[in-house]
Amino acid sequence: MGRKEMVAMLLAGGEGKRLGVLTKDLAKPAVYFGGKYRIIDFTLSNCAHSGIDTVGVLTQYQPLVLNRYLGIGSPWGLDRRDGGMAVLPPFVKQKGGVWYKGTANAIYQNMGFIDRSDPDYVLIISGDHIYKMDYEKMLAHHKKTGADVTVAGLEVPWKEASRFGIMHADDEDRITAFEEKPKVPTSNTASMGIYIFSWPVLQRYLIRDEANRHSSNDFGKDILPAMLRDGMNMFVYPFRGYWKDVGTIESLWEANMDLLDDRPPLDLTDPEWRIYSVSPNRPAQYIAPQASVVSSIVTEGCLIEGDINRSVIFYGVHAARDSVIRESVVMPNAKIGVGARLYRTIVGDGAVIADGVTIGHPDQSSITVVGSDEFISNYKTLLEVEPS
Amino acid sequence: MKNKVMGVINLIHEPDELEILTSGRCPATVPFGGRYRLIDFMLSNMVNSGISRVAVFAHTKYRSLMDHLGSGKHWDLHNRQSGLFILPPSSDDQQELRRGDLYHMFQNRDYFTRSQQEFVVISRSHVVCNIDLAPVIDFHERQDADITVVCKRQTDPIPGKSRKVELNSAGRVIGMQDHYGRLDSDLLSTEIYVMRRDFLMELVETSLAQGQEHLIRHAIMSRLDRLNVYGYLFEGYLGMVNTLESYYWNNMQMLRSDVWKEVFFRPGSIFTKVKDEPPARYLEGAKVSGSLIANGCVVEGMVINSVLFRGVKVRKGAIIRNSIVMQNGVIGENSVLDYAILDKDVVIDQGRDIRGAAGSPFLAGKRKVI
Repeated sequence: MGRKEMVAMLLAGGEGKRLGVLTKDLAKPAVYFGGKYRIIDFTLSNCAHSGIDTVGVLTQYQPLVLNRYLGIGSPWGLDRRDGGMAVLPPFVKQKGGVWYKGTANAIYQNMGFIDRSDPDYVLIISGDHIYKMDYEKMLAHHKKTGADVTVAGLEVPWKEASRFGIMHADDEDRITAFEEKPKVPTSNTASMGIYIFSWPVLQRYLIRDEANRHSSNDFGKDILPAMLRDGMNMFVYPFRGYWKDVGTIESLWEANMDLLDDRPPLDLTDPEWRIYSVSPNRPAQYIAPQASVVSSIVTEGCLIEGDINRSVIFYGVHAARDSVIRESVVMPNAKIGVGARLYRTIVGDGAVIADGVTIGHPDQSSITVVGSDEFISNYKTLLEVEPS
Repeated sequence: MKNKVMGVINLIHEPDELEILTSGRCPATVPFGGRYRLIDFMLSNMVNSGISRVAVFAHTKYRSLMDHLGSGKHWDLHNRQSGLFILPPSSDDQQELRRGDLYHMFQNRDYFTRSQQEFVVISRSHVVCNIDLAPVIDFHERQDADITVVCKRQTDPIPGKSRKVELNSAGRVIGMQDHYGRLDSDLLSTEIYVMRRDFLMELVETSLAQGQEHLIRHAIMSRLDRLNVYGYLFEGYLGMVNTLESYYWNNMQMLRSDVWKEVFFRPGSIFTKVKDEPPARYLEGAKVSGSLIANGCVVEGMVINSVLFRGVKVRKGAIIRNSIVMQNGVIGENSVLDYAILDKDVVIDQGRDIRGAAGSPFLAGKRKVI
């Protein structure tokens, strides 16, 4: 393999427990988002647009759908003769193999993969976040500051700062302290979980971290604090733009709703920064004469006969006549029956909502989730599935 | 089917009265139904029927064809043993380009002799239908036919030019005439023909030696009394998209949900070159009814009984009725569009009022600014 300046390692092993039934048979990065995408499409498209052509995707939980989806990386331009995409599950070695114990351990176990490209820098990203970012600019910042590690940081609203890993930096963006989910935050720069390491430095710390039996082998909890203690050069790369961790039902729903503003904070239509994905290849959507579609996004292959407002409709959905869909997310190939009503509902792919069933209530703020391939003939049975 | 049948999509002298829609492209790549090109239908039919070796006999204006088909991977025709073969004319000599398809097939006889399949399905690109060809091959073998013609009984005449076919009670073709013929028959040829590969090669050589030029019109139609030609009846939707009128009519037919469900899904899905367009966006003032909308569209105005291709922008207050707007069209604020066909990249300024009539839609060529 030819030499590469920077290799990306994409952590896609997240179990996504907080997404409940949506991740029952699915790794979190493979969860559907935004009408035709899966969450991982955003980071992979970022790599494609940032000129990164060697990407290791670290998988662990429920990898079947994800592996099939990634294939050889063609949709993201990552089917390369030299470099390209490699899916890296935990594997058995001569002395037995182990599960990835943590984010740092996942990289440690694949140091051989990185060394094959002999890179100067390694980009660590995660497949759980929705954002558009040019990693090349971040690399330029990393080189300019002469950093050993650069961490992308986002200014979050103060009241939300206690939900994130918070960084303190001086006027030159040099990191002076980390705080993991502080109760009383004294900074509002959150770590986005995006790191560029100079490879020799990272290698050293990975080996040291692995030798430490008390370590949880995690970038945020172990590697970065250890580097800070040693006084390494650590810098923040300030990012301005849309970024969302879609790790919970609420945040997944919110991020979908964010797309529906007339001027959405995340622009999917930018021809210079297309989000690539495996295209379903379905005919143009058919909006029936009696249908109404307002403030929504709808994808190919849908047959819409009902009334849709502020909702995200994935491909192949059939919304039958007199159905009402409000502030909801309907994933691929779901069927919404005649006269069915959905309010603030996330419907998993292939689910069927029987005629006349109402889910949620127009005045209710909680979100209801229907799992993949479920058949809902009665709202009460649903409440047992997912109390919300 | 894989090693038994090969497909040929014959674009040589394809009937073409599509006016400016084909000024820069061949009929095979005329956009259709919101996101397809005409050739996608026959190509997908073949692939869905298990045919994995398809040759496209390109003729003229095939730049857009090459771009559209690429390696054939969007139709799963990109594999080691077989796949997609685009065979343009072997010479750019004007005299030779004018010659009929028999001549071109003869020129490419090596392609046929190098293939191993026993049967050939020959078709055209301007036929919109969704058909499983496996039963046609079974029928052909059962009848022990020399040639099988796939026909459709069409009691209400459909727009476009079609050949008429007459069958006897045993299902044998006893008459076939071009669209201008006087044959009184409600059976139309779908321009899908099945024969053995070696039979085709023999027919091509014999007919050429006798001074004939065209496979169907000459070689087959003049030998109906000598050959066992049988008609297979196809019952699904059939569109012959070779005139502007039939182009408009067939696009509008896709706005019937029963037709939409059949033509694009049954018995197989129609494939096309994929683009990474985002989902269609409907903004607050959008009002859409009875329309086909492709990905990448942004609708702020009103769209009624129309087909919008990928990436069309309908600005606030704009009204589109009974129209076809191809890729990346822009309809400016408060403009009205009625009975119009806009080719790709047409921009309508704000406040314009553009109306064609039911029988003769307004037509705007590629990249026109109005």
